[in-house]
Amino acid sequence: LSDDIYREIILDHYRNPRNKGKINNPDVVIHDSNPLCGDQIDIFLKVEEGQIKDIKFDGKGCAISQASASMLTEMVMDKPLTTAKDISKDEILENIGLTNLGPARIKCALLSLKVLKMGMVKYYSDKEPKTAEKIEEDSHLY
Amino acid sequence: MQSTELEINKIRDDFPILTRTINGRPFVYLDNASTTQKPSSVIKKISDYYSFYNSNIHRAVYHVAEEATDAYELTRNKVCKFINATSLEEIIFTRNATEAINLVAYSWGRKKIKKGDIILLSEQEHHSNIVPWQILAKEKKAIIKYLKINERGNLSLNELESYLRKYKEKIKLISLCHMSNALGNIVPIDDIINIAHEYDIPVLVDGAQSVPHIKTDVKIMNSDFLVFSAHKMLGPTGVGILYTKKNILEEMDPFICGGDMIKEVHKENTSFNDLPYKFEAGTPNIADVIGFSAALDYLTNIGMENVRRHEIDLTKYALQLMTDLKHIKLYGDTNLNNRGGIISFNLGDIHPHDLATILNKYGIAMRSGHHCAQIMMEKLDVSATSRASFYIYNTKEEINIFINALDEAIKLFRL
Repeated sequence: LSDDIYREIILDHYRNPRNKGKINNPDVVIHDSNPLCGDQIDIFLKVEEGQIKDIKFDGKGCAISQASASMLTEMVMDKPLTTAKDISKDEILENIGLTNLGPARIKCALLSLKVLKMGMVKYYSDKEPKTAEKIEEDSHLY
Repeated sequence: MQSTELEINKIRDDFPILTRTINGRPFVYLDNASTTQKPSSVIKKISDYYSFYNSNIHRAVYHVAEEATDAYELTRNKVCKFINATSLEEIIFTRNATEAINLVAYSWGRKKIKKGDIILLSEQEHHSNIVPWQILAKEKKAIIKYLKINERGNLSLNELESYLRKYKEKIKLISLCHMSNALGNIVPIDDIINIAHEYDIPVLVDGAQSVPHIKTDVKIMNSDFLVFSAHKMLGPTGVGILYTKKNILEEMDPFICGGDMIKEVHKENTSFNDLPYKFEAGTPNIADVIGFSAALDYLTNIGMENVRRHEIDLTKYALQLMTDLKHIKLYGDTNLNNRGGIISFNLGDIHPHDLATILNKYGIAMRSGHHCAQIMMEKLDVSATSRASFYIYNTKEEINIFINALDEAIKLFRL
């Protein structure tokens, strides 16, 4: 019972979050919260030559929001921005092993992805406004 | 069985939803501070209106419209008796308690609140008793001050008196909940109103949590305004009540304007309808107001003293068991006489939303979050709590199921 959501991997990332903290002088820092739970996520990005050189998240909230943020940082660390910007919500849900979340909890699982996409929008907004627009459209999906 | 003890099984039979199973388990509904379940009599009352005498009220002269008008006004009568108001003119139907507060902020506040005036609230108010006043204060350049709560969530009458002595001419309204929706603490509202009236300051009581659970008598309480919602007391959603002393209502301008709230409309000017209709513009929520009368009958038959006794009994039982849980943090007053059937808590580092998700697997509906009381949450230095809240149909067996589920959560999170 309950193991379907609170599996080992979620509890592990919740208790031992990866890449948690702040980055000094980040290229992008972005914050959002989920009014339902009060989950909060800040994402800090360091970008070099189109690559995510460093990513950290800071935040508080439920196990699902914090664990999915932790996993997301692992997914995009050292990856090209182009890869990161194309991550879909299904990829996230599959990665954390929660494909059957209800409408309320799915927002917890996808908060960090939303914040990352908002960060990308911010990063691209003066460099490539068209790309920024495209990411912004996508990020309204969740 | 003592005569005062509720006949729970008989009561439970009146609530169709309680026969449901969730995830293969009996449905345990512990979110009554948010909304309560509806007995068959309320559901039937609404269905009967639509089935047999659906029509608009107050205007048409044919038979079914008179039936509908009578039924709608009968609810007003029952509300008046339920809270022991002086006259029917003092009972106004709104959509919910929130709208009732907004009505006061708009119709009374915009007329009475001037630059530099103070509106006194407390740190434990629901957002609905903060935001309308903030907007009014911004518009009028008035000031909002908050009575502090201590770590148990209690207000201090001394602090109130010192505010009143210091700012007596400036304070134009005190607006407080009678029972905190987040912690369940009961505010000594009669004393507060007595003190406020010594300084001629009117008091609005947010009774959303108290009227459904504690016998309310506006003549004893002597509040100037009282707001509450039908859906938190077995009634339908979409019905709120604003009680206001008649002499105050008479000075208030309309809130929503249109049909039914007018006496005569001419091209250049309009005269408004008598109380209470002046504040009920447009076709109201006829079906649900009519349905609410069955809820008032239901509570009256049980007796509000018995409702309260049952909830104290359940809360005492639950608190005794919860105190023994590992890493439990309980909020609110420890004296059962100072709290309603609401238990706000945290279990170690399990986030309340995770806990609520785990409890859902056991068929339990429990609330988690900031409970629309973020100022209080900040004060208690938590971002969220879990909240179990009881009503007349809850049983000790359900509390056992609840405690067992908390135990399972503790194991799952390895606290």
